Amino acid sequence: MLSSIIQISLGAILINNFIFSQFLGCCPFLGCSNKVDTAVGMGLAVVFVMGLASAICWVINEYILVALHLEFLQTLAFILVIAALVQFVEMFLKKMVPSLYSALGIFLPLITTNCAVLGVVLLNVQNNYNFIESLVYGITGGIGFLLAIVLFASVRERVEFAEYPECFRGFSICLVSAALVALAFMGFSGMAIPV
Amino acid sequence: MTSILLSMLVLGVLGGIFGGLLAFASEIFHVDVDPKQAAVREVLAGANCGGCGYPGCDGYAAAVAKGEAPCNRCVAGGAETAAKVAEIMGASVDAAEKMVAFVPCSGSAGVAEMRFNYTGPQDCQAAMLFGGKSNKLCTFACIGLGNCVNACQFGAMHIENGVAKVDRSKCVGCGACVDVCPKNIVKLIPESQKIMPACSNKDKGAAAMKMCSVGCIGCMKCQRECPSGAITVKEFLAQIDPAKCTQCGHCAEVCPRHIITTLK
Repeated sequence: MLSSIIQISLGAILINNFIFSQFLGCCPFLGCSNKVDTAVGMGLAVVFVMGLASAICWVINEYILVALHLEFLQTLAFILVIAALVQFVEMFLKKMVPSLYSALGIFLPLITTNCAVLGVVLLNVQNNYNFIESLVYGITGGIGFLLAIVLFASVRERVEFAEYPECFRGFSICLVSAALVALAFMGFSGMAIPV
Repeated sequence: MTSILLSMLVLGVLGGIFGGLLAFASEIFHVDVDPKQAAVREVLAGANCGGCGYPGCDGYAAAVAKGEAPCNRCVAGGAETAAKVAEIMGASVDAAEKMVAFVPCSGSAGVAEMRFNYTGPQDCQAAMLFGGKSNKLCTFACIGLGNCVNACQFGAMHIENGVAKVDRSKCVGCGACVDVCPKNIVKLIPESQKIMPACSNKDKGAAAMKMCSVGCIGCMKCQRECPSGAITVKEFLAQIDPAKCTQCGHCAEVCPRHIITTLK
C-alpha cells in the first residue's frame, strides 16, 4: 500500500508531471505565471481542488456510475461535479475563511476550466485507483502543477530583464522558455520506481 | 432504451442535487456587499487612472467602504469628489490627515558599503534577483534604481546620490511608491511629521555600523532623551510615534549617528 502511494506520488510530481509530460492545464500554466506570487496562489488552489475533486468523483463513479453501468457518462458527470464543487468551495471560503479567499482570489473560479482537474479524475478511473490512491494522485498531481508553475514563473521573472531579439518579445519568448523548462523535465521520463 | 432513460435520470438528478445544494449554500454563505461601496463608486471620477494607488475606481471604492483608504485619494475628482465621498462615509473621516511618502534611508553613495557593483538593467526588482539581496551591503537600504520614481505619477520622487528622495510639495500620498519598493522600506507618514529617523536597518548595532556610516545602531539615546516619550527602539531601530511627537527636534541633536533628520 505504502509503496504504491510513493510510486503514485513521485510519478505524479516528477515523472508524469501534468504539465510537462501530459500537457494538461497548459492554459493557467501560461496565463498565471507572470509572477511567482500569483503562481503560488494558482498552484495552491489547484492542489486543493484536485484533491477534493478526486475524492468526490471517485465516490460518484464507484457508487453511481459503475453501479448503474453508466461508465460512458464519466466525462459529463465529472465536469458537473467539478463545476459545482468549485462554486461551492468559493462560497464556503468567502464566508468562512475570507483570508484564504482573498489570497486565492480570481484563481479559484478559473480552475473550473482547468483541464488538469478533469484529467486527474479521468486518469483515476483509467488506472483503477482505489479511494486512497485517487486522493493521493489528485493531491500530488496538484503539487506537480504547483512545482511546474512556480519554476516557470521564476524563469519568466528573470527572462523579463534579459536582452533577447525584438521579434521574440512577449508571448514568443514565454513559449520558448516553457519548452526549455519542459525539456528539463524530460530527464525524468522513463524512470521507474522499484516496488 | 433503459440506459438512455437511466442516464437522463442520473444526470438530471445529479444536476438537480448540485443546483439545489448551490442555491442552498448561496443562502447560507451569503456575504453582504457594503452599500456604501456602490455609493462611493457613483461619485468617483470614473477615469480608472490609478492615481489613488488602487486598481481602478472599483478597487478604491471598496477600500474606502472598508475604511482602509482616506476619502481624499481621488486625484482626478479633486476636492469636490473628496467632499462627496466624505459625506457618504460620515464626517469623522474628514479629520484624516494628508499623508506623504518617506524613504527611510540615508545610505547614499560613499556612505553605505557596497556588496557588489551592479551594472544590470536599471530596475530595483532586477537588482534584487541576485539572491534576494541588492547592491548595498545593508539589506534594508534603498537600492536607488528608481522603481518608485517610475511608479510616481506626480513627479514627486527622484534619485539623489543613490537614494530615493521625496518632494513633499508634489507628493499626494497615493502610496504607489510604497507598493513597488521591493525592499518595502518606503512608507507613508503624516505631512505634519517633520522629524524622522532616515534609516530602516534592523540589524544589531555592531553589524549596522560595519555596513553603513549613517545607520541606526539602536543605541536608545533618542528614546531616553525624548521629552514626550514618542520614540521607541524596536529591533535596533528608532521609531517615532507621530501621535506623541511634538516636533521639538531634540532627538536629531542627540543622535550620535545623525540619522534623525528634519524634513523640509
